[in-house]
Amino acid sequence: MSHPSCHEFLSSLSEYVDGTLDESLCNEIERHMEGCDNCRIVIDTLRKTIELYHVTAPQPSVPDEVRTRLFHKLDLDEFTGP
Amino acid sequence: MSSSTKTPEDFSLPALRDGDRSEFARLVEAYSGFIYRLALKLLEDPQDAEDVLQETFIKAYRALPNFDGRSSLSTWLYRIATNEALMLMRRHKVSTVSIEEPDESSEEQQEPLQILDWCCAPEVELMSGEARRVLDQAIDTLPESLRVVFVLRDIEGLSTLETAEVLNLSETAVKTRLSRARLRLREQLTGYFGERQRQQAMEEELE
Repeated sequence: MSHPSCHEFLSSLSEYVDGTLDESLCNEIERHMEGCDNCRIVIDTLRKTIELYHVTAPQPSVPDEVRTRLFHKLDLDEFTGP
Repeated sequence: MSSSTKTPEDFSLPALRDGDRSEFARLVEAYSGFIYRLALKLLEDPQDAEDVLQETFIKAYRALPNFDGRSSLSTWLYRIATNEALMLMRRHKVSTVSIEEPDESSEEQQEPLQILDWCCAPEVELMSGEARRVLDQAIDTLPESLRVVFVLRDIEGLSTLETAEVLNLSETAVKTRLSRARLRLREQLTGYFGERQRQQAMEEELE
């Protein structure tokens, strides 16, 4: 992030790593990155950040006792069987 | 008892609107996992998450006769759940660092930027208990308006459009907030993993 243009790209990096950024801007970032290690590092660590949260996300399960209380609260006890 | 964000919308709307208990039980079964997890991530408290879970389905059951089907059932449920969670968050003021809404117009330029390449740090690969806590704490420091977008998009895997519908925001606003949330989290993780990596390098030099 040493060039003045680095900061201009900052708000586009999130879409860049998602692959949803407009193609011309995408090309511009890639051209810039060839000569700018700092931007490459920011992009790599941004991508890694997203990946870490994604990978470590907990499995979607409700503890049994929470489920039982939920069904009871909703007057659905008869449907709590497996 | 598990469910995923990709639950098919194979519910009978007429039955649900008529208050069919069995169909409603199927709906609860299908979405309770997602809603519980969402609330847990936003509130960081199992009791609060359970309250949100119960309130969401109580409200949904009452509102179903008037559900117009303009949004999908899942989006509609997530919206009820997110609103419940946000209400609790505001009541508890869980967000201690910043409760302010971010100013959409102010630019990212003001955000600090640390340059350290920690992608291959051994700590990252191991994902120790401490590293996991760092991830959770980093989310906690986000203002709620950024946190809720990040949780829906990057943790729960909703699309930009779905997130926009749940939060009643434009897709552009979702993208802007997601970008800010991600950059802030990257800063926090750089602070932690980068520092660990630097320490390790210094120790190796001394050996």
